[in-house]
Amino acid sequence: MTENILTYMTFVPLAGMALVLMLPRDRHELIRWTALLATLPPLVMAVWLFVNFDRSTGAIQFMVRHDWISSFNIQYIMGIDGISVTMLLLTALLCPVCIVASWGIDKGIKGYFALFLLLDVGMTGVFCSLDFFLFYIFWEVMLLPMYFLIGIWGGPRREYAAIKFFLYTLLGSVLMLIAMLGLYFYNDPHTFDMLVLMDNAGTYSRSFQTWAWLALFIGFAIKIPAFPFHTWLPDAHVEAPTAVSVILAGVLLKMGTYGILRICYPMLPLATQDMAFWALAVLGTWNIVYGALCAMAQDDMKKLVAYSSISHMGYVMLGMATLTTQGINGAVLQMFNHGTITAMLFLLVGVIYDRAHHRDIDGFGGLASVMPIYTGVMTIAFFAAMGLPGLSAFISEVLVLLGAWQYSVPLTIVAASAVVLTAGYMLWMLQRVWLGPVNEKYVSLPDLSGREAVTLVPLAVIVLILGVYPHAILDLINVSLVGLNEVVAGATPHVAMLTTVP
Amino acid sequence: MDLGNIASLSHSIPEGILAVTVIALLLLDLVVRRKEWLGEVALLAVAVAALAGGLQMGGPYGLLFNRMVALDSFAVFFKIVLGFGAFGAVWMSLGSKELEGQNPGEYYAILVASLLGMYYMASATNLLMAYLALEFVSQTSYILSGFLRANRRSTEAALKYLIYGGVATGAMVYGMSLVFGLTGSLDYTVIAASMAEAPAAHGPVIFVDLALVLAGFGYKIAMVPFHMWSPDVYHGAPLPVTAFLAVASKAAGFAILIRFFYPGMSSLAGAGTWTPIAVVDWPALMVVASMVTMTLGNLAALRQDNIKRLLAYSSIAHAGYVLMGFVVLNNEGLRAMLFYLAVYYLMTLGAFLVVLMVLNQSGREDMEAFRGLAWRGGALPAAAMMIFLFSLAGMPPLAGFIGKFYLFAAVINEKMWTLAVVAGLNSVVALYYYARIVRTMYLDQPVAGDPVITVDLHNSVLVGALVVGTLVFGVYWAPLVNLADRSVVFFGG
Repeated sequence: MTENILTYMTFVPLAGMALVLMLPRDRHELIRWTALLATLPPLVMAVWLFVNFDRSTGAIQFMVRHDWISSFNIQYIMGIDGISVTMLLLTALLCPVCIVASWGIDKGIKGYFALFLLLDVGMTGVFCSLDFFLFYIFWEVMLLPMYFLIGIWGGPRREYAAIKFFLYTLLGSVLMLIAMLGLYFYNDPHTFDMLVLMDNAGTYSRSFQTWAWLALFIGFAIKIPAFPFHTWLPDAHVEAPTAVSVILAGVLLKMGTYGILRICYPMLPLATQDMAFWALAVLGTWNIVYGALCAMAQDDMKKLVAYSSISHMGYVMLGMATLTTQGINGAVLQMFNHGTITAMLFLLVGVIYDRAHHRDIDGFGGLASVMPIYTGVMTIAFFAAMGLPGLSAFISEVLVLLGAWQYSVPLTIVAASAVVLTAGYMLWMLQRVWLGPVNEKYVSLPDLSGREAVTLVPLAVIVLILGVYPHAILDLINVSLVGLNEVVAGATPHVAMLTTVP
Repeated sequence: MDLGNIASLSHSIPEGILAVTVIALLLLDLVVRRKEWLGEVALLAVAVAALAGGLQMGGPYGLLFNRMVALDSFAVFFKIVLGFGAFGAVWMSLGSKELEGQNPGEYYAILVASLLGMYYMASATNLLMAYLALEFVSQTSYILSGFLRANRRSTEAALKYLIYGGVATGAMVYGMSLVFGLTGSLDYTVIAASMAEAPAAHGPVIFVDLALVLAGFGYKIAMVPFHMWSPDVYHGAPLPVTAFLAVASKAAGFAILIRFFYPGMSSLAGAGTWTPIAVVDWPALMVVASMVTMTLGNLAALRQDNIKRLLAYSSIAHAGYVLMGFVVLNNEGLRAMLFYLAVYYLMTLGAFLVVLMVLNQSGREDMEAFRGLAWRGGALPAAAMMIFLFSLAGMPPLAGFIGKFYLFAAVINEKMWTLAVVAGLNSVVALYYYARIVRTMYLDQPVAGDPVITVDLHNSVLVGALVVGTLVFGVYWAPLVNLADRSVVFFGG
């Protein structure tokens, strides 16, 4: 059991999907419960992994390896280190939350939940795969369900948003495919085994690394999304149903930064040294400022949260660019924290949208007195997003800034000042929606329902706990990340390479 | 082994079955009154011929009919694929409303005859034989495209096909005559030996030769700039014939192209790499052809509203993808081509089959006929179509992705980055128009008056089989790639 835990974790939702597809179309409750039950085993397994994960080593754990297509040396390799186990936790946590949040979907229920479970398979698979080919397959498997989830169950401009998301991401994937094959053929014997690709990193020439890095980076930057590849994100978020927004912001955006840490950093360390400043640090800082400024200008709540995601992912990019212990730890912690906090924000917006059927920031007022419990939960999420001390994002942002200070003082000053902008748009929205005179139209809005509370409270608890005890996550990731830092910082051009540049 | 005419007959069983079937169908057509089952006879014959072709695998291999045709693993591979292609076309014809009451005897006889020609296209090792086979296939295709005599589009398609075909084969024959003039032989082996030692001064003439020959072959695979016929013909021809042209005729075209340029215009340098003739850099020419073909096909497909036309342009683009394997001059590239042609068969035939199901019930084949298909009884055809289209777009975990993966791998292994990037960008463009159909089927709601689609068993069986193939080869494709790997051996004698 435990040696194949990652396989089970990945494919239990697939079995759930098959089950959902076999159920009769009109048994709505049964379909919903089946979908929920299919996402619970991975959560249990993730908790088990959290408990049993060996925090003292940066080595790969729970590894499985099988031949798949031996003539092309494609293998089925799964395994996790500190970075992936954190992301697995996040995925396993958010999936059941999203299923519960999707309870109100009333159109094509069977298809919706089947696709959602398929999405779950893809996400979990990406974080577990250690064979590049397998990684790519899972990466692409996420695309189709996402396209349909936005395109069928989305808002008025859903078709445009869905195809835009699809084309952008595919463009990134194709570049990744080319870089992946480049790496494959560079190694002799040819292999997709990520561990071998990492071990041989010293033999890759600098020019090859640069090109491969750029191709991969564009693919990942589209996912993050880093400026200027971000324009699909607001569209996708605005049109997507609540649960899909949650998964998109909570997990899918992390794929981009995860990919950079899993592939670009250890496999192309020389290029990472060269590129980190401009492509990650400067672009990340720009993301922070640009996202915050855009968020400030929005009058749609969901669009505001979407732009705030762009801003917060900028901290991740800045943190990992610094190659300092604090910075990179902060970056991965921020990935987790942003996952939980944005998930809350989107859920909160969804709650209000379900009641009022619009998300216009100026169309509300005084909701605090109408929906007190809701407002309480909302306050936690908002203050967490602002980076208030005592809540989770504070720790990760401070760690990022601490790392950044050792790396580049001007960038740190810019990034730190942007916190004011964040507070600005968050508080401004808070004021316009929840404070002030009560809007007569909405005096009778019901407060948080039990089902909605089930989705929000666990996330709020995690945000509070990680605010005071960040070591729950930091202990998981630290050893892996310190090792990764050493790989990148210690990379020197291979001596023998001077004569054997292919 | 190098056999004479009589001795070759015992090694020509698949061809023999087809020839006998053609004659039998024509005679039966005169005799019997109930002609419905003539199609079933053709179906059985084609299946048996494909099986007999498959049984030739593993040898004995050799040259037949005094070095006119080769029996080698390459030919066997194509006999299987082409047999499957014709099988699909016959199956579709049996389930097509368009073709009801349209002289089944003649129709099936000509279709089977066309397959016979394709078998020889795949195995010809002599320019004369290559020409005869190609021309035989062309003639039968003209008739098949124009088979709906009462339909103006169909007759127009046949006429266009005939005129383009006439010009292309004319150019090709002229090119072949120049080759004969330069080398004094029609035999590929002799041509290859002679071309390898051609003086540099012959460069321009040989270039013209190859360009002219390419016109004939390129026309069969719908390669730009010899592709102009295909949208009109695909659009006008009866749907089963369109599918036949798209999967079988194209595969046969690639077979004849590979055989002429690989054993003919290059030589095996050992370890699976090929050295092209020195005087003309035809691989460079084909790199450009590949890029232009895929780009033009994809861009033109973006704006099509008729699904048959859209698939026609998409099939032009796919010819461009397949050519990626052609330019790398090694067996990995050829293997990737063969693999791609096999999976291309699965997904293209499948897509045309779904179009046929919609056409049968609504009488239409434009984008609007697919509107909300999934929500008005067509959930299964819509799901199948989605799988075929995403496979054509190259999305994992579907067979089309694996096919593309091998083509990309072949190109990247040779460090042809430009071609790889162009092909990559093309995949993104292609996704747009494939997703357009999916969007129409799933994201649009049906409007009043859109017919309810019922699923008929006959067509569904084949659709189901093709879906299974597309899915299975997307996850476990080792058997197919091993088959393709074994099939890149040419018997040169």
